[in-house]
Amino acid sequence: MTTTAAVLPEAAARARARESEKRTNRRRRIPLYPALIFLVIVTQIPFVVTLVLSFMDWNIMYPLDRGFAGFDNYITMASDPRMRAAAGNTIVLIVGGVLGSLVMGTILALLLDRQFPGRAVVRTLLITPFLIMPMASSLMWKHLVFNAEYGLLNGGMKWLGNLLGFNAPQVEWLSRVPMLAIIAVLIWTWTPFMMLIILAGLQAMDSDTMEAASIDGANALDKFRYLTIPHLRPYIELSIVLGTIYLLNTYDQVFSITQGGPGSATTNLTYEIYLTAFRKYDYGEAAAAGVIVVLFSIIIATFGLRLVSSLAQAKSGGSR
Amino acid sequence: MSATTVPDATATKSDIRKQRRRRQGKGGPWGVIAWIMALLFFAPIAYMVLTSFHREVDAAVSPPNLFAPLVTYQYENVFARNITPYLLNSLMAAGGSTILVILLAVPAAYATAIKPIRSAAGVLQWVLSTKFLPLIAALIPVYLVFQFLGLLDSIAALVIFYTGMNLPIAIWMMHSFLSDLPKDIMSAAEIDGANLPRIIRSIVVPLAMPGIAATALITFILAWNEFLFALNLTATKASTSSVYLVSFITSEGLFIAQLSAASIVVSIPVVIAGWVAQDKLVQGLSMGAVK
Repeated sequence: MTTTAAVLPEAAARARARESEKRTNRRRRIPLYPALIFLVIVTQIPFVVTLVLSFMDWNIMYPLDRGFAGFDNYITMASDPRMRAAAGNTIVLIVGGVLGSLVMGTILALLLDRQFPGRAVVRTLLITPFLIMPMASSLMWKHLVFNAEYGLLNGGMKWLGNLLGFNAPQVEWLSRVPMLAIIAVLIWTWTPFMMLIILAGLQAMDSDTMEAASIDGANALDKFRYLTIPHLRPYIELSIVLGTIYLLNTYDQVFSITQGGPGSATTNLTYEIYLTAFRKYDYGEAAAAGVIVVLFSIIIATFGLRLVSSLAQAKSGGSR
Repeated sequence: MSATTVPDATATKSDIRKQRRRRQGKGGPWGVIAWIMALLFFAPIAYMVLTSFHREVDAAVSPPNLFAPLVTYQYENVFARNITPYLLNSLMAAGGSTILVILLAVPAAYATAIKPIRSAAGVLQWVLSTKFLPLIAALIPVYLVFQFLGLLDSIAALVIFYTGMNLPIAIWMMHSFLSDLPKDIMSAAEIDGANLPRIIRSIVVPLAMPGIAATALITFILAWNEFLFALNLTATKASTSSVYLVSFITSEGLFIAQLSAASIVVSIPVVIAGWVAQDKLVQGLSMGAVK
């Protein structure tokens, strides 16, 4: 008797507390709604529409044929040689661009982690390629650097040739090595980003451990291999994931430097989807390719989500 | 009290000393290498700046003539070729979306960081996941919807789209900034009976101003530099400066000095914004994962 009498008010109090907590929680959620509703409308609904479109015949050139198509678009896409080339090119661009800029960025971050005269100026110079409008830097690379007649690359070789008395080769960069040229521009653009992430990782490193290792007689190479690299690991993983997501969206460089050519040598999926939608006006096939790209990024994103959250959690401590 | 502060003070002092020792280290040769690499990296930009001050006949020669006479009329030509409306369109699209992003992101981050709702972590994950979706897959639906609404070739369409594009980054950045604010002040204000808009306006915003400024600058840079949607959602009236630059592709040949000048004009606002925000740049682009 006494026990139930004691339990009952307690349970009621708990229920009341839960109820009021629920109410507070509901009230606290209000400031979140405008942003979330906006995000759902602008970023989620389009993907649902893309999914629907991918199962439809929808070409502006043939308005009467609009209708349900089943998996036709996916079949067309899978057997489209241009689409297949684009898928391969996308992988080459991402792997080359991400690895290249990660290596360059790590080297530069290791250099910037030291104190030297003019360090702030060097850092400012190094991040500038990332800030310049991509369309501006792409056109700069195309016309001022790669141009076979008066570009900086061939011009520099000619100047060296005149100086040292040899016949400098003049290379048609954009038709001979178009993919390499695009990757070079991507590496140049994304190195600052990678550099800043790795630099943030280096500066979050505990100098006590390093000092202890030095006292224990570890040399610079050992310290790098056994302390720096393991510490940088999450930062390197984060660079790879974010780099992959960002480079999957590569469009400006391909559009302006090579127009995906010669042939389809530098066409990536983003550019091919754009061509399919706005040159061939085949919305169905473009949407199907879009769905495939989304599936690819979801795979990458499952790694990315965990990485970003765990790094953010570790960084902000218990503050949640 | 004093017993706890004393070791603290020595710890910080030795930390500073250690930091200094590590940073000063043997800077010599590595500093020189860093400078050489930075100059090599910057060389194409420096050459573009130089070319923009050359005459076209001096710009299109091989090998490049670095010491050709300097002129400023390429910039006059760029403005004569009517770049101003495009710059204004970029300013309105990027500026408008930045304002909207901040207005939406600050209250949202308040609900995840300061008075965290129970599902805050899940909401943040979902917000982040929207940023991982490739933009190209949204192009056709976004185009069709704006066409249906009669908003193609309008600044409004760009403002709406750029807001959606940058909102996840802004929410994560603001979440990370607001998490660092002292929570006691907010509770005190709530007990005093201030309502939410007032707390945000008179406490959160002033305290988080540096974070808001950095978030705004990064949002602005990303919107200003965008090209794919600017190209496809606009035709003539609302075209932005990145679309303006494309008009130079057709006029290949003797216009590279002018192209250089135009590229510099359209890049300068965001390059300066980025230099100002450079300490927070990485935090924004890594969605707050890295500080």
